[in-house]
Amino acid sequence: MLEIDHLYTEYPNASGQIVKAVQDISFQVPPGVLFTLLGPSGCGKTTTLRSIAGLEKPNGGEIRVDGTIVYSAIKNIFVPPNKRNFGMVFQSYAIWPHMSVFKNASFPLEVGKNKLSKQEIDTKVMRVLTAVGLDIEAGRDATKLSGGQQQRLALARALVMEPKLLLLDEPLSNLDAKLRERMRFELKSMQKEYGLTTIYVTHDQGEALAMSHEIAVIQSGRIAQIGTPRSIYERPENQFVANFVGLSNFINATVLGATDSGFYFVRSALGDFEVSSMSTLMSGDEVLLSIRPEDLQWIPDSQSQKNILNGTINFQLFLGEFLDYQIQVGNQEFLARVHPSTQLTVGSNVKFGFSPSKCIALK
Amino acid sequence: MIAKIIFLKKAALLNFLKNLELQWVLIGLCVLIVSYLALIPLIFLLWESFHTIETSNTPSQLTLKNYFDAYSSQETWPLFKNSISFAAGSSLFAFFTGTVLAWMNERTNTPFKKLFFTLSVVPLIIPGILFTVTWIFLASPKIGMINLFLQNIFHTNYVFFDIYSIWGMIWVDGLHYSSMAFLMMTSAFRSMDPSLEESAMMSGANIFQIIWRVTIKLSWPAIFATLLILFVRSIESFEVPALLGLPVGIQVFTSSIYRAIHEYPSNVGLASSYGISLLIITSIGVYVQSRISGHGGKYSTVTGKGFRPKVMDLGKWRYLTASLFVLYFLMIVILPFAVLLWSSLQKYYAVPSLESLKNLSWGAYTFILAYPELGGAIWNSFLLAISCATIVMLITAVICWLVLKTKMPGRWLVDNLASLPIVFPGMVLGLSIMVFYLHVDIGIYGSMWIMLLAFITRFLPYGMRYNTTAMLQIHKELEESAGMSGASWFITFKKVTLPLLKPGLMAGWIYILIVSIRELSTSILLSSPDNQVVSVLIWELWENGQYIELSALGVMLIISLFILVMLAQLFSKRFGVKEA
Repeated sequence: MLEIDHLYTEYPNASGQIVKAVQDISFQVPPGVLFTLLGPSGCGKTTTLRSIAGLEKPNGGEIRVDGTIVYSAIKNIFVPPNKRNFGMVFQSYAIWPHMSVFKNASFPLEVGKNKLSKQEIDTKVMRVLTAVGLDIEAGRDATKLSGGQQQRLALARALVMEPKLLLLDEPLSNLDAKLRERMRFELKSMQKEYGLTTIYVTHDQGEALAMSHEIAVIQSGRIAQIGTPRSIYERPENQFVANFVGLSNFINATVLGATDSGFYFVRSALGDFEVSSMSTLMSGDEVLLSIRPEDLQWIPDSQSQKNILNGTINFQLFLGEFLDYQIQVGNQEFLARVHPSTQLTVGSNVKFGFSPSKCIALK
Repeated sequence: MIAKIIFLKKAALLNFLKNLELQWVLIGLCVLIVSYLALIPLIFLLWESFHTIETSNTPSQLTLKNYFDAYSSQETWPLFKNSISFAAGSSLFAFFTGTVLAWMNERTNTPFKKLFFTLSVVPLIIPGILFTVTWIFLASPKIGMINLFLQNIFHTNYVFFDIYSIWGMIWVDGLHYSSMAFLMMTSAFRSMDPSLEESAMMSGANIFQIIWRVTIKLSWPAIFATLLILFVRSIESFEVPALLGLPVGIQVFTSSIYRAIHEYPSNVGLASSYGISLLIITSIGVYVQSRISGHGGKYSTVTGKGFRPKVMDLGKWRYLTASLFVLYFLMIVILPFAVLLWSSLQKYYAVPSLESLKNLSWGAYTFILAYPELGGAIWNSFLLAISCATIVMLITAVICWLVLKTKMPGRWLVDNLASLPIVFPGMVLGLSIMVFYLHVDIGIYGSMWIMLLAFITRFLPYGMRYNTTAMLQIHKELEESAGMSGASWFITFKKVTLPLLKPGLMAGWIYILIVSIRELSTSILLSSPDNQVVSVLIWELWENGQYIELSALGVMLIISLFILVMLAQLFSKRFGVKEA
């Protein structure tokens, strides 16, 4: 559906230096998929989205939608944004304050190439306003709407034009926490219902994991990893992804050799462990072990097991759904996330263990 | 025990009274100063307009004759018509030019636009009277260089441009104030969230649909407010109507007031009734404008998010827009200055030619530097400008602080009073202050003090505007966090508030300094040989037909104002004052 090849964008910043916002980004998005560009601010995810929209002209690469080229540096093709027929929801919603709710939503139909009758426009607009639950607000001033309603109106305006592609630029970041969680479900169900291929930009990893079919994690203008939410979370390919998506504990280690069951033996300052890896490791390789806090399990003293960390509890944080312990192991601190019913005393010596499949060795 | 409680209560009460008193003293003082400045002249102007002229044997009497004279005269209808069409024409012209330039500068990839923006303040430095005079040199039917040049080329006697006409007046006034329109529309463009236009583009709208249905409709309040300000300003304009209109009998309110005062015997009553009429027009304009701006909330398009507005790629057309910039700059700065410089170097006024090249001399400069009144006029102008700018910024800083940062009762009254003089056309303010101190003789008539009072009154609203903008930018929490860190009110003010206010205060001070030096329409009614200022001196040189001497003075004045502005900018950069 959407294919991006070797996208490259640079622009001079305020002080005249050249900033390489997008360095070499390529990915494909199959039809009907919600694809997320995830990364910290300034990583180039918004520039990528704006290049897809046509609001920014990249310096290199090619963008195809449904096999049609909308941008190509080599062939010197640039389809202007108003000819691309992509719906877009902006971070600030960009609701026009001088128009009513209805007028905001009907605008794309009024300015479009196909001249529609007033009747047709009416039907289409009311259908989409009903879908987002704003049909009763149709006659109101757009500025009288609450933040969540404005967000839905922006979505309605993007949907009414029956776009080939839906582009969402941090659409939930201006909402408060409760509303944001509700809108996640609404957006997702809406996307499913319309079967729209959607590109979603966010810096919120929870949002990305919850909503997407596929995620591209972007780090300083390059893709760090592409995959399903589960694979990104459970099998990060590098330290950046492991650290940016969710929390992780890291241990430096050296590979000793492979085991019969497909794992690897490693040696670290904190002991020897059995770990897993996406790539083939040779003995002597320096690796970084990544263990999610929730994969660290408290082990009562009597039990003995491999993959054990011996430490002292420094702090505990009660967070309702779970309990966080900060554990001192050697000269390193670990975060362990356990069920809130666990009861350990601060200052006591404890053992935490982890399964080899949950400890990823990163090169 | 009880005694102790009573004592404590008493102490608390005393403390309360002390605080209350200080507040009331402060606010009372402000109300007094501001209402004295803003209201007394207005009331006297009204009173005067309903009275006959006082002579040695007949005391002044209540009468409607002034208004009757003013409105029954056959001249009145043309006067009204001229004023409105001049103001409307010149404000529309200024607006159109300024908006196109602002759009080119903000939303297109025209080359050198940064340089252009830096240069755009230069026209504001050139005093109106000098700008008008230079355009007489350029486009007068008899001596205008452009006319003579074109006549030479086409071998004809046809007058291509006649500056002494309503169109000439509109051209000169509109051109001069287009840079003001440019700055106002630039800020309107800047405060608009570009995603509002981008979302229209994503919806499939083409460039014209975006401009018409989104950009213009959204900026409508800003457009209308700018138009009104420009209209009010040009209806108050004096230099252009006086120099270009009066010689050919095109009268507007300001020039009629001047004429009524300067005929013999002066007809102060008639002038006052004209003044009141003009005041009514400007008050309506200012009122409507403030109502529109007050309702800005609905159209508030400022998100406070830093954005990199998308600029339109004009392709080859960008050379056209760049040449428009150059052409504009040529007409508003380079040509006028070049003409002034040329004529200042002549022995007697002549059009540039090989022959006149031989007549170059420093004569005009030596003459003007030896001019007996010059030293006094310059000293007076700078003294006035510096004291006016300083006093205005100080008074308005206190008032703005009271209005914005306290919950004192009655602060809205002070706010409105201090902003009231914005409705006074310079001419009308000069007239009313003149009238007042003619009647209430406290010995300042004809002295520097009357000028200072008039200037302070006139520029109070400017100080209010700069201070308000500066203070609104300081979030309450910035001061509160200083307080929470243990700083006293005074330390907070000195270490947090003042440094943050400094850029705004500095900008306001410089602005008032420059407009004070340029000021003509108020000073011309109040000045006498004892309190001569530079702008009035230029006016008198013009009246005497001393064109080359005037040019020499003009060249020196523009250069020193330019240096002054550069120094001020350098100074503020040096001391870490950031542009707001």
